[in-house]
Parts: sequence; C-alpha cells; structure tokens
Amino acid sequence: MVLRMTDPFATLLAVQRSMDDAMGRDWFGPLTSGRGAYPPVNVFERGVDFEIVAELPGVKKEDLDIQVKGATVRIHGKKTVAYADEASVHRRERVGGEFDRTLTLPAQLDAAKVTADYRDGVLTLRLPRAESERPRSVAIN
Amino acid sequence: MPTQEVALQEKKELAPQQERTEAGKFYSPYTDIYETADAVVVAMEMPGVERSAIDIRLDKGVLTVTGNIDPKRYEELAPIYSEYNVGNFIRSFTLSTKIASEDISASVGDGVLTVRLPKAKEALARRIDIK
Repeated sequence: MVLRMTDPFATLLAVQRSMDDAMGRDWFGPLTSGRGAYPPVNVFERGVDFEIVAELPGVKKEDLDIQVKGATVRIHGKKTVAYADEASVHRRERVGGEFDRTLTLPAQLDAAKVTADYRDGVLTLRLPRAESERPRSVAIN
Repeated sequence: MPTQEVALQEKKELAPQQERTEAGKFYSPYTDIYETADAVVVAMEMPGVERSAIDIRLDKGVLTVTGNIDPKRYEELAPIYSEYNVGNFIRSFTLSTKIASEDISASVGDGVLTVRLPKAKEALARRIDIK
C-alpha cells in the first residue's frame, strides 16, 4: 500500500485561491472552463493569434486528443504512471489518470489551421483567429 | 480499471537555500522512486527540459539532478493568461543503498527523466535457504 503525504498548507492555499477566484474575475469569464482543472495552461498572444502551452509530463503523444470547434479547444487524454513489476515504491508523488479540459477563447478560431506540437512533455497549440475575427485596416478617404 | 481523473498539482517552488548566480525560478520536480531487485529507479517530471539540458551527478551518496528550460521559447510571445510558472528544475536525494556508480543509466521521454541506479554487488539482497 502506498501512502501519500499531504501538505495541510497546500490545501488551505488551494481553498483560498478558489475562493478568491470565485469572488474575482476569471479570464475565461463566467464559463464552465475555469481555473483549477488539469492540465494547467498558459495562454499567449502571437500577433493576433493565440498560443496555448500546457505541461503534460508523462503523457504519450498517442494518448493525447485535441479538438477545436468555434472558439473552444478541448484537451483530452490520459496520463499513465507505471512501475516495474515487483518494485517496492519508496516515494510516490506523480499522479496519473484521465483528463479532459475545455477552454473557451475570446475569439472564433480557424479550426483547419490549428497546429499542435508536443515535445519534452510540453504541448503547444497554435490557434489562428478565424478570418472573420481578424482586424482589418480601414483606408481613410 | 476505474478511470481516475488527474488531480491538479501546483508546481513546488524551491525555497532559496543559497543565492544563485543564475536568474530565474527553480522548481522541485515531482518524483517517484522505486526499488527493484537489482536497482533503484528515480522518475522525475521535468516538462520542457531538453535531453542536453539535463545534468545528473552522484557525489558522496547524494544524487543531484538539474534540468534547465530554454527561456528563448517564450521570447516572442505576450502572455495574456497564466496558470503556472516556468523555471528550471533541481532536486537532490541521499541514497541509502550502495550504488554501482559506473553503471548508472538515464533515459528521457515525454518530459519524464528516468534514472536507473544499479545496486552495488555488496548491497544486493541474498536469498537465504533454510535447511
């Protein structure tokens, strides 16, 4: 049997943080896809397009499924943490299981042009804005 | 097997013990350690660390693993929303078993570093037959 050590302060901090989040404003707005789900993501802007980076150490490329529709991105997959047979575990901190997270971005995306790159346990999604969402220069007469 | 959801684990930032010459944050990688009949295996989660940026040392029974990330990756990007921070990884373990240090091997895949530390001959368990 494996016992996991828990840090009481980590629990307290997490509660505080989720309360703060509930009171304050979340970047994703009043949508179902908030903070606190796995995997944690960082969202960047590259020009007018978006880039989502997530750390997924131990997830195999073939166990990862990405779907894009409208302004929504779904990151779905499974993380396996395996030990050799007949091994005695000294320390167990890594957590495996399934994950499914849906993120809604503030603009419609061009699903056909989305690219995903998975390297060294880091997933990078390049999400171009849909043509209708691109800014247009207006000529001044 | 019942499906279990992955719980979110906050990255553990290291409390500075001494001042470092390098800038940037340091995190303690989540680690599993298990022992088989002939080796101790250490598996560390170091996402974003390339193979060439990993340093493994065994000195006086202390195993130290360092993994540096490439900050250039984020240079052209403007962050608009963040849930985690990035930084280098470092962690040390004092090994209680005698290790055949010349036979240590390591492999890395999908952001997980696995270090195999074969036990030295004198540390191997011997099966005792009962007469």
